This record gives sequence, C-alpha cells and structure tokens, in this order.
Amino acid sequence: MSLTDALDVRAGEAAHLVFRRATVLDPVAGIDAVHDVVVRDGSIAALAAPGEAEAEGAEVVEAEGLHAFPAFFDPHVHLRTPGHEHKEDVETGTRAAAAGGYCGILAMANTQPPVSTAADVSALREQARASASVPVGFLATVTKAMQGSELTEMVELREAGAVGFSDDGLPIADAGVMRRALQYQHLCGGNIALHEEDPRLSRDGAMHEGPVSAALGIAGIPSVSESTMVARDAALAGYEGARIHVQHLSAAESVDAVRAAKAAGVQISAEASPHHLCLTDEAVRGLDPHRAKMNPPLREERDRQALIEGLRDGTIECIATDHAPHQPEEKDVPFEQAAMGVTGLETAFAALYTHLVAPGVIDLSLLVERMAGGAEPFDLERPSLAPGAEANVVLCDLGAEWTVGEDGYESRSANSWCAGETLTGRVLMTVAAGQVAFRLRSFSLGVAA
Amino acid sequence: MKHLLSIEQLSREEIEAILDRAESFAEVGRRDIKKVPTLRGRTVVSLFYESSTRTSSSFDLAAKRLSADLVSVKAAGSSVEKGESLKDTIATLSAYDPAAIVIRHPYAGAAQMVAGWTSAAVVNAGDGKHEHPSQALLDVYTLRRRLGSLEGVGIWIVGDVLHSRVARSNLIAFARMGAEVTVCGPPTLIPRGIEALGCEVSYSLDGIAGADVVYALRMQKERMSESFVPSLREYAANFQIDTRRLEPRQLLMHPGPVNRGVELSGEAIDSPQSLIAEQVAAGLVVRMAILYELLAGTERAPSGDGEGSAPTPIGTPA
Repeated sequence: MSLTDALDVRAGEAAHLVFRRATVLDPVAGIDAVHDVVVRDGSIAALAAPGEAEAEGAEVVEAEGLHAFPAFFDPHVHLRTPGHEHKEDVETGTRAAAAGGYCGILAMANTQPPVSTAADVSALREQARASASVPVGFLATVTKAMQGSELTEMVELREAGAVGFSDDGLPIADAGVMRRALQYQHLCGGNIALHEEDPRLSRDGAMHEGPVSAALGIAGIPSVSESTMVARDAALAGYEGARIHVQHLSAAESVDAVRAAKAAGVQISAEASPHHLCLTDEAVRGLDPHRAKMNPPLREERDRQALIEGLRDGTIECIATDHAPHQPEEKDVPFEQAAMGVTGLETAFAALYTHLVAPGVIDLSLLVERMAGGAEPFDLERPSLAPGAEANVVLCDLGAEWTVGEDGYESRSANSWCAGETLTGRVLMTVAAGQVAFRLRSFSLGVAA
Repeated sequence: MKHLLSIEQLSREEIEAILDRAESFAEVGRRDIKKVPTLRGRTVVSLFYESSTRTSSSFDLAAKRLSADLVSVKAAGSSVEKGESLKDTIATLSAYDPAAIVIRHPYAGAAQMVAGWTSAAVVNAGDGKHEHPSQALLDVYTLRRRLGSLEGVGIWIVGDVLHSRVARSNLIAFARMGAEVTVCGPPTLIPRGIEALGCEVSYSLDGIAGADVVYALRMQKERMSESFVPSLREYAANFQIDTRRLEPRQLLMHPGPVNRGVELSGEAIDSPQSLIAEQVAAGLVVRMAILYELLAGTERAPSGDGEGSAPTPIGTPA
C-alpha cells in the first residue's frame, strides 16, 4: 500500500515543484544522475534532463549541487500521545520527522494508557488527520496494557487501522504468549515488532555490561539479554511460519542471530538506530544521561562494527531512530535514575552521513537505501523517485555544516544524543505524500529571493 | 584541582600532594588545640543521601578543625523526603554560598552533576557503586605511613567487588601508586571487564600468600537473596580472612563497617596486623587535607587575616 493509503496525514495542498538540476540518487530504482525532478498532483511527474523541465505554474527550486533522495521512513518513533504530551505529540513529532527528511513514520504504542483498543487507534488516526505533517501509522500493543500476559483484540485493531503490533518499551517475556501472538498473526495479519530483552538478565542494568560498566560501578545489561531473545523469537517465528521485525538491534550476537534466522528462511527483518551505529559505551563515561542513556544501551566497538556489517550485508534492512523524547526533569538526575531514550528524527541522516559516509565507512547509496528501508517490513511501499511514484522527496545539502540544537528543535524535547555536535549534511526540504512538509527557514528565504 | 570527584581524575602527583598535606595535619592533631583558622568564615555543606558514620563524621570534624561553618544535611528528615530533586536541593544550598559541598548519593555520577550546578567545590563522598575517592586516599595514606611506598606492593582486594565503590577507587589508587592489585571474590561478585582497570582477577584465595596487604570488603547480607552467593556460610568458608589464612607479615585493611564472622574473623580484626583503627584515624587528616587543597588559596577578596599556623598549600598561590 502507498503511504497515503495506509497512513494518516493532515490534508493539504498538493505541491507543484521543479527541483532544477538536482543530483538524484535512488539506489533501489537505479537512478543516479542530475535531473530536473518534477512533482505534480502528488506524484513524481517526471525526471527531466537538467534545465529542461517545463516550469509553468510550478515553484522552481534551484537544486544545483544539492541531492534529492527518496524521503526517509522511520518505523520506530515515540510520539508520546496520549498521556505524555509534555514530551511530544503528533504535531511536534511529525514536524520533527519532516525536518529530518522523513515522509512517513510509525508510532509506538507504549503510551499512557497504551494503544490497546480500536478506540485508541481511531482517536490517534483522527489526531493525525488533523495535525500530522507527514503520514503516520500507529502500532497497537501485542498484549493488553503491555502486561505481557493476554493478547489484545488484534483483528479489531487491524480493522481500526493499526499498521502492526508492538509492546516496544518492554519485551514479551513469556515465550508462550509470544507464540500465541505469532499463531494469531495468521488471522489478523500485520507485522509484530519486538523489543528484545530478557528482563531476568537485564535486571536493574542501566548501561551495557563490560569494562566501562565495571569502571563506573553501574549495573550492566549484558549483550545476551538481547541476543537470546532474538534467537528465541526467530525460532518461534520459524516454527509458526510467522513474521517478526526485530527493533533496535544493539549487540553483535543479535546481528548473528538475525543473520542465521534469515539464512534458515525465517521471515524476519531488523532495524538499527543511529546512536548505536555512531557511538559506543565509551560515551557513557561522561555519565551524561541526556546523551548516553537509552535502552538498549550503547555497546562496544565490536558491536557497532557488527551493526555496520549487518547494514552492509542486508541483515539489517533499515535504520530506525527510536526517537524517544524526554523532558529535562527526567534527564537532569544522576545517570542511573534518568529516563531511557534519546531523540533522533531531526539528526539521523546528518549524523550517519557525518559518522559513516563522510569517513568512507559506508556508501551514500547504502545509507539512502537503509533510511527508507523501514516501510516494506510493514507492507508499505518503499519511497521512490521513479516517475509515477508517490512524491516523497528529501532535498539535502551534503556540504552544509550545522550544530545540533543551535536553532532549537521541532521536537518538544531536546534530549538529542548528538546535541552540540557539528554535523555535515543538512535536510533543506521534505516532500511527503505529495505535500511540502518541511523547508529549512534559511533555505526557503533563498528560494523566495 | 577544583573538585574531588574521583580517583580516576587524579595523577600520582596530585595524590601525593594530598597525602603530604595530610601528614602536616597529623601534627596539628597532636596539639592541645587541634584547630587551625584556614577556612574561617567559609561554609562547608555536607549532604548525605545515604547513611554513613565514618565518612560523614570525619568530613564534619575535618571542616570544623579547619574553622569552617558547617551545614550538615541528611536526606532523612530533609526536603528530599518531600520529593525535592537533587538539582533543586543544590540550588537551595548554594544560596548559602558554600565554599564546598561534600555529597554522598546512592547513584553514580551524582557528585559530577552537582559540580555542574554549583560554584562550590564539590567533594564526592561516595556516588553509588562508582567511586569513593576520600576512602582510597586515606587507605593509600595509611599504607604509605606503614610501608613508605606502595611501589611493587602486592595488594589483594577481597569480597563483593561488584557492589563496592571502595574497591573501584582503591584499585585505581593503589595501581596508580605502583602497587600490584588483585581483586578476589566469587565470580558472581566480580564485575565483567574489571581487568581493564589494571588488576588481576582471582576467584579463590589460593595465592593470597603472595600478597603484602589484604583488603577485605564488606559483604552485605541481602546479596544472598539475589543469588549472588548461596549463603553467608559458604561465602565465609571460601573467602573469610582469618588468622589461619593471614600470614604474620601481611597487613589487613577494611573500610568498615565490618560484619564480624563474615568477611573477617574476630581474631583477624583484633590482630596486630590489622590497620582498621589507623584507617579511621587517617580519615580525619586526609579529609582535612582534601578540603584544604580544594579551598585554601581560593579565598575571595577580601581575604581573611592570614592562615595562622596552617601549612602553605602546595602548588597553589598562598
């Protein structure tokens, strides 16, 4: 399904744009050349020869030297609505997504109360139609109130429009409950996204278990807390012929488990988060909860390298931010007491471009492909720049340097893991579902002139 | 040195400077009037979020011996019980314009955060299971007095290393002073990756005969319920330091309070090899030295009327 068919967004004016002489890169569609990109009536109308596109009635964006990619898709965002609107809501969270170059996001269900009934889903979809800058899909919880014991009414939730299911924030600790959910998926459909963690192994851990936790005296969350659950659920999914999506992989052993499951024919997809791809537990030494406290925790260099290898070989098909807004009073406390989670929507592309592409660790085309890879695991069309596709375009200046947070955030929260860092590569404009969802202020001034 | 947040942050030279200063305060302690006017008119806040006898009483007495005004706040009975955040408590106490805040807190990094919220010098008196730098300094002081130098000295730290901030600070301090450190305890109570701090790991007391100093840690009773050890009986059978296991040439230390009959036998505690009482005495002079090093020479103008008989600070303008 296209993003507009499956997800909800505030209705607006269909853009009529020409991106003049943009460097167009869509590795999946096999496009890598300078074109005039014409957006009209919600679609990519044409990729014309540079300078040749008919611009009558269209806004012309001079894009020479700038890059146009398929806009990004994030399958893992916490919009905090309902219940924690002081951290984020549908309007601010989707504005942050648009500013990060996203044309679609999936919102997690661990709200207060959790999204567990058809009425919850319907209410959120209505909010999205009223205030979302980019299309949003809502996941519902797998178990009632995320208690991990009884399944939600998954058929009715799907009928109400739940894109899939997740108890994210918590694992489904009981293997028997997990198995029932996978069996039931044959009736209700919808992918099941899993936060993999064994609570008996994580206990009161607040960071990765290793030499750094030993030095800091902070209880550790061992890698096997995640990887044993990935292996368990891959085995269950294989046994039941069901489909799972593994969220925020952090440990090398987990990447191995996903790779082995794929080789064995299990229907399994996986995501990794920018902070796990860019940082290690060395970042925890500063004991700054704003930047370095999240679950799963930042792990060691060997884990980070394994995640990068997983991106390269396709074990990990997508990058997901796990955008998790928190207010200062939940972070201005000692590390062990602080809330878990960091924001990421507005910085994901630039951070990964700066940390991985610019130094030559991965190719730009791989990053662009993985940034939009989160749609397909949830049966959504991958954003594409092929003529005729729904218009989902992000325009980036790969030469621009900017300092995270210096102009504030679109998000209601400021707990960015890369706050204060100078990044290279900036999103200038985002077209989502045929509408202009974001323009960088300084850039739009330039366009007007 | 603006704050004392960890041993990790101190060089060997900085450790030695504090110990040298403490030596000079030991002399003050032998006088009839054990007080010097160094910190007269300045305020020291001691803020304890956890129970403590040794550390809080010796910091308090140290501040008084230096003639500071002391404000002592315990979490129990304070606005902390009413749900005030650490940040707000620090803002409140900072309104008294303290020269130093001595803080003990149940979570790692608390002292470091406080240092970012106040202009006072911050002394970490224990943050979670992370560090307890003043304990490590007084232990190095005690050993240095006994042995002259820690260079090449074999030190075994025995017991619940996992939950011990003393173990972490001491192993860093001992290693930095040239000692060869081994941590020893059941595998469930030795943190994975601790070797990275520069120590050996042993899961049994075999080989402890090679140690010059045995440093036993407190074994808390609640560790049994969490399956770290099957019973205190089995723990004691394998890891208790008693006079049978302790050779006459070896020195015995413990940060206190001791569980008699668990990590140490009563005989061992009371044996002539035991430095436990010396450690407590060292606590006072070392904590005086810490406050002195942080505060003396940092007076705001107009300064007080000289420093009386107090020693001149090393490396800081007098």
